[in-house]
Amino acid sequence: MSASPPPVPPPDEMRDIFRTMTLIRRFEERAAEEYMAGRIGGFLHLAIGEEAAIVGTVSALRADDPLTSTYREHGQALARGTDPRAIMAELLGRATGICGGRGGSMHLMDLDRSFYGGYGIVGGAVPLALGLGWAARYRGTEQVSVTMFGEGAANQGVVSECFNMAGLWDLPMVFLILNNQYGMGTPVERAAAAEDFFPRAAAYDIESWKVDGMDVLAVRAALSEAARLARDERRPACVELLAYRYRGHSMSDPDTVRAAEEKERWQARDPLVTFERVLLGEGIMDGDGIAAMQAEVAQVVDDATAFAQESPEVPIAELADGVYAQPWNDDARGSALMRP
Amino acid sequence: MSADSATVTYREALNQALREEMIRDESVFLMGEDIGHFEGAFKVTKGLLAEFGEERVVDTPITEAAFTGLGIGAAMAGLRPVIEIMTVNFALVAMDQIVSNASKIHYMFGGQVSVPMVIRMPGGAGHQLSAQHSHSLDAMFTHVPGLKVAVPATPDDAKGLLKSAIRDDDPVILLESEGLYGKKGPVGGEDDLVPFGQAVVRRPGRDCTVIASSRMVWVALAAAEQLATQGVEVEVIDPRTFRPLDLDTLAGSVRRTSRAVVVDEGWPECGIAAGVAAHLYEACFDWLDAPIARVNSADVPMPYAKNLEQAAIPQPADVVAAVMSTLAREVPR
Repeated sequence: MSASPPPVPPPDEMRDIFRTMTLIRRFEERAAEEYMAGRIGGFLHLAIGEEAAIVGTVSALRADDPLTSTYREHGQALARGTDPRAIMAELLGRATGICGGRGGSMHLMDLDRSFYGGYGIVGGAVPLALGLGWAARYRGTEQVSVTMFGEGAANQGVVSECFNMAGLWDLPMVFLILNNQYGMGTPVERAAAAEDFFPRAAAYDIESWKVDGMDVLAVRAALSEAARLARDERRPACVELLAYRYRGHSMSDPDTVRAAEEKERWQARDPLVTFERVLLGEGIMDGDGIAAMQAEVAQVVDDATAFAQESPEVPIAELADGVYAQPWNDDARGSALMRP
Repeated sequence: MSADSATVTYREALNQALREEMIRDESVFLMGEDIGHFEGAFKVTKGLLAEFGEERVVDTPITEAAFTGLGIGAAMAGLRPVIEIMTVNFALVAMDQIVSNASKIHYMFGGQVSVPMVIRMPGGAGHQLSAQHSHSLDAMFTHVPGLKVAVPATPDDAKGLLKSAIRDDDPVILLESEGLYGKKGPVGGEDDLVPFGQAVVRRPGRDCTVIASSRMVWVALAAAEQLATQGVEVEVIDPRTFRPLDLDTLAGSVRRTSRAVVVDEGWPECGIAAGVAAHLYEACFDWLDAPIARVNSADVPMPYAKNLEQAAIPQPADVVAAVMSTLAREVPR
């Protein structure tokens, strides 16, 4: 009954996966440049190194499966098909941004693509995902709510509360613990009592397991199975992905805590390099094809950046627009409403 | 309210609102601790599980943060959850969901999605429940842009404000009063909504404006009776919602009476009374003949002992004294 993708995707999808991973890598590198140039403010959390986890996950889902994420979520939006122009413009705080310059890097959302947003409080979006799963079951749709959060969030009490309710009510949900092994600068062994996080979900009667988060096909297969459980058997699932982010927690983190040797060891398993070898080895792409794809992606990122830089700022007059979906009079604009 | 309306309790009025809106709109569901089989800690949801079933009247584990967040997510998907937090005291556990998610999602994501949900919870002191079960946290919620805050004082307003809240596209905090559940009065019918941002004059008067909400309305009205015997006629105004606040009506009254007292069951520092008084100073400074007086709960954690608790909560005598202070008069003995 389900249209879950096959374990090994067809060649055109393999090429799409690789292109999306490449797009995320190039987009993030450009975002770092824009940050260093002072055109992006606030926090900028880069997902370089986590492309397999992101694209493997999104490629296993249906387009209308609600997806929620953390503040490290540019890649999720890109993988869902959000226009890179609208994302880069949001990062630059422009009127053309996907959230009109109100959210910034940490709070992208693309409702048209069922991407329900990036959230800044660690673990705070997991209850929302529970509600999206609840709504799917309430309405009798086949949607599966998928929420990505880090191993740091798994230590937040509210996440355990959500495991319990999802297990208790058999909600159509997939919990995805992206274990990148650091909560900001604190390694897991100094933050968690046990090495693995997926058994925590198992304690609430949720089927759960761990896979290599640097291998896009392994991630995709795991998420396909997790989504199948949730969609077809109406049982929640939890997948822990072991991965690594190459950059610091955010651009303001000089990343002096982690050993160079450790970083090199993980970068030797780079998800893009690994997957490129697979594509070449199986004859799905050749060197020229890859070069052409990389040039096209570079062009997309150049275009998105130029678009963002040239986009207008948000008019100050619109500062208080949108505080409420249903303002109570024509002048209803934030706290200004409270004036006579 | 309709002329033939029946007299019901505040509790029954809330129940009617829930039932009518659940019949009207299938996207409305209720969720909270012990609201189904137990029919609510205060019996507000009595009979609703039997009528609507377990999919729409949902008993939760004791996990305020998670089920409040669940409600927010369900609202983002277009449902209209009514979340009951057993008392306002437990909302503190869910404050991250309410403040970081519910209030911000519409603005932060550029208006792509709204959060049409209601969070109902009773608060207030007076039952010797001591420090952790007697909060009036109206000011905390009112502080937050993106939330709407309704504070019904009568059965009619309890029903009408809850119905408005359920039909509203924004997150609404409905603060009920534990001390009012048994209060009786007439209520409106199925289509009688009480709009947000419209204060009501509970008692007209010319000498001083007394602003009070929820259970404090009844404290203010008792004070008004006592003051009338001294020849002092106060105008008691109930804002009914703190966000939006109907400052036009409040300021209009103060400009006529030239005096104001704000009664608030919460603490004095940065509280509702402080905020309302600040608005009134900005709007009415040239009309005022006396400093605005505030009547608040004492600036202490609520004590258990009955005499201490009563001393900590605003009483009619405190309102009488505050009014007399604005008139530069001694309180008669």
